[in-house]
Amino acid sequence: MKTITFTINGEKETRDVSESKTLLNFIREDLHLTGTKEGCGEGECGACTIILNGKAVHSCMMLAVEIDGCDVETVEVMSKDGNLDILQEKFIEHNAVQCGFCTPGMLMSARALLLSNPNPTVDEIKTALEGNICRCTGYKQIIEAVSDAAKGGKYE
Amino acid sequence: MNKKFTSVGVKTKRVDAKAKVTGAAQYVDDIQFPGTLYAKVFRSTEPHAEIVSIDLEKAKKLPGVKAVICGKDFPYHTGLYHVDQYMFAMEKVRYVGEPVAAVAATSLEIAEKALKLIKVKYKKLKANYDPIKGMKKDAPLIHPDLHKYFSVPSINPKPHSNIPNHFKIRKGDPAKAFKKAHKIIENRFKVPQIQHVPLETHGAIAKTDLSGKITVWSSCQSPFTVRYLLAHCFKKQLKDFRIIAPFVGGGFGCKAGVNIEPITVALSMKCLGKPVKLILTREEEMYTIVVRQACHIRIKSGVDKNGKIIAQENEYIWDCGAYAGYGVNIVRAAGYSICGAYNIPNIKGDSIGVYTNRPVGSAFRGFGMSEIHWAIEQQMDMIAIEMGIDAVEFRKLNTLKPGSTTATCQVVTKHTGNMIACIEETAKNIGWGKKKKAGKNNYRAVGIALAQKAPAMPNNATSAAVVKLNEFGGAEVLFSGMEIGQGVMTAMGQIAAETLGISMDKVNVVGLPDTDYSPYEWQTVASRITFSCGNAVKNAAQDAIDQVKKIAAKVFECKAKDIVVQDGIIKYGKKTLPLEQVCMGYQYEDGHTIGGAIIGRGHFTAKDCINCDPKTGYSPKPVANWTYGAQAVDVEVNGETGELTIHNVSCTYDIGKVINPQGADGQAYGGIVQGMGAGIMEALVVDEKTGNVMNPSFVDYKVPTIKDMPLSMTSSFIETQQLDGPYGARGVGEHTMIPTPAAIANAVYYATGVRIQELPVTAEKVLKGLEELGKNK
Repeated sequence: MKTITFTINGEKETRDVSESKTLLNFIREDLHLTGTKEGCGEGECGACTIILNGKAVHSCMMLAVEIDGCDVETVEVMSKDGNLDILQEKFIEHNAVQCGFCTPGMLMSARALLLSNPNPTVDEIKTALEGNICRCTGYKQIIEAVSDAAKGGKYE
Repeated sequence: MNKKFTSVGVKTKRVDAKAKVTGAAQYVDDIQFPGTLYAKVFRSTEPHAEIVSIDLEKAKKLPGVKAVICGKDFPYHTGLYHVDQYMFAMEKVRYVGEPVAAVAATSLEIAEKALKLIKVKYKKLKANYDPIKGMKKDAPLIHPDLHKYFSVPSINPKPHSNIPNHFKIRKGDPAKAFKKAHKIIENRFKVPQIQHVPLETHGAIAKTDLSGKITVWSSCQSPFTVRYLLAHCFKKQLKDFRIIAPFVGGGFGCKAGVNIEPITVALSMKCLGKPVKLILTREEEMYTIVVRQACHIRIKSGVDKNGKIIAQENEYIWDCGAYAGYGVNIVRAAGYSICGAYNIPNIKGDSIGVYTNRPVGSAFRGFGMSEIHWAIEQQMDMIAIEMGIDAVEFRKLNTLKPGSTTATCQVVTKHTGNMIACIEETAKNIGWGKKKKAGKNNYRAVGIALAQKAPAMPNNATSAAVVKLNEFGGAEVLFSGMEIGQGVMTAMGQIAAETLGISMDKVNVVGLPDTDYSPYEWQTVASRITFSCGNAVKNAAQDAIDQVKKIAAKVFECKAKDIVVQDGIIKYGKKTLPLEQVCMGYQYEDGHTIGGAIIGRGHFTAKDCINCDPKTGYSPKPVANWTYGAQAVDVEVNGETGELTIHNVSCTYDIGKVINPQGADGQAYGGIVQGMGAGIMEALVVDEKTGNVMNPSFVDYKVPTIKDMPLSMTSSFIETQQLDGPYGARGVGEHTMIPTPAAIANAVYYATGVRIQELPVTAEKVLKGLEELGKNK
């Protein structure tokens, strides 16, 4: 066991965690933030994507102890006071959601993109979301949703 | 047709979307109970072997292990259409990955450790991976007890063979017609096994409480069928089981019927009072869960001088894999749909399922239609080219039209659907006949393919719904069509709102079934839910509104039939009453009350469907309805590498009334991309020395990413009303992926002259074809 201190969705936390526990399992089982999903456990599908210090990462490929001192965001951060984030609104408006299992990871990758690049091109959106597999939507509406959310370049 | 709709046909945001974008939506693995035990399955490492011995003793002794079980503890069978599988392998294993034993322990790590302590001795048997060999008379039998298995009446197993179902079409006199043919064209095609790849792997939690009641939370498409099959399997009553279905992270057919639930339940029976959770790893999902069947196809067509097909032989030899409990019905579906969307007077059709030692074949979006259309739609192009007829014109000449008869001799009417309109709209949208500009060293062309599909369900498959009006003049809508991503919750809400005369925001769509509380639904498969469950919801809403009108008629002192309900207001001439004043009974000024809480009930079963004749396939109505469609694909082939760029895909489906235009578009785009995956990327590879699946991960089994998708996609819909559909609707969920692979192959041929007859159309195969033609750059 190791004691770690980190910021999760804007709140500072200190927890004891087993050295062998993945960050994904820590988020889901210890923090009970089940919006983050496991699709493969091998860093290939993107369902477990979270934002670590501003960058989108696969939480299944990291150990929980690695977030000591870090800033962590999961999908739950996006609708903090009951109000939806513009990306979430646009995902709904453009029907970018079907089964919804890839959606939290997809939103995290999109959020990380817009935070670092507020005016992405379609190719840049595709590159940012390339690691997020969606088996339902055909991706078209996801690109439309992200492009629409980025309009005006003021995402935060 | 002039009625103005307020909810049906209106672009409507998904009612489940807010839960899904916030992370609030719960999937089975998100349900966390204290005291949960974790399950793991011990799986066969042999493709075909006798089980000599199973030693569970060491595993049982490991601290933290709560149960270790195998077939002798639960010697029970499962199977939907054909009961050929034990829950755990008993005397034999028949594929690598087959469950042999299972463990429940206090942690996943302990369960995994326990698996390593289980020892199974096998006596190897010769494995067969080739259905053609498996059909031969002297082929070793994979299921020597086939003649003893129970099958539903529409299935025809061949005793003492490897054939669990053989469906025949004998229409007209093909032998005579072939003699008259101007040209005879015969070709062979192949389809490999592929994986469904839902983003959420299979998962279930089972708890047997101390009173014996068994509750199962499962990622499944069909909670009531899970309950029914579990009760059969464990020889218990339905009331002993309660199935709760949370959101499902993609199904595509692989979560139909029953899957890992029996193993989870069996473990829970040995750990009373404790929830047992079994979540498959992606690797297990890839090689132990059901797959789409492989198929070997031969089509021989006879055409007259005008290009009309006058005779055809269609032979589909299906690789069912090790078990065919579900696959036998795909064999049947391919049988009654044997020649696709074409009007052919003389047909000899054989759809034959064969057991092999590959992973188990089962339902996959399209249910056999994607596989047979891969062949049919290339064959149509090959005939058109041979006859010098344009591919679009050839299809318009030969496709089903009012007055045509299908393979089973069903007569097509103007209400069945309008394929000509689908073809013309698709051709227009893709720019058929216009030359497309290719990059330097590249080739580019457009290909087209058609699709037809009917719901392959038992003729008595039924749907039920309940609509409860509430104090605010809104409604709770209960049904058990499963939300697997296709948007059923939204569509059912729209149908209810429309029928009740209230707005969507007053409808509480209670879409996640609990078999103890929800109305019955057979299965969420076959693109049948909008049609069947939609009718049930419409009938339930109508029942509720009829009750409202009956009470209001007393208040207004008029006849119920003269009352309308619009925007939540009950109207009779100039008199009005808010709906909420009647939903719980109407109270007069003096306090006396008439009526009470209103609950509408509805059900639907398709009428007059008749099983096909086992000798000829004849049936005047084998299925509830047909959905027709066409798809065209604009493909550029890289002359140096053989790689394909899909520039544009255009599709048109005749789905009757479009309930949610946004949802229908979503089905179209998603189907196209899944079809594209099957068309150019996907194949499950089995090593024929070991029986192992060689690509059980996303690294080796590629599915389309956002960078692979077509550069452009357009969808359109024709709305030929389905006379018995809710507001005239019929299904579209599966159809959108059916024509894509053949349309791509046809485009590749027009672009390069390379004809690929075995899926997928990989760059490697295209390049080899270019080299053979001397056209590589």
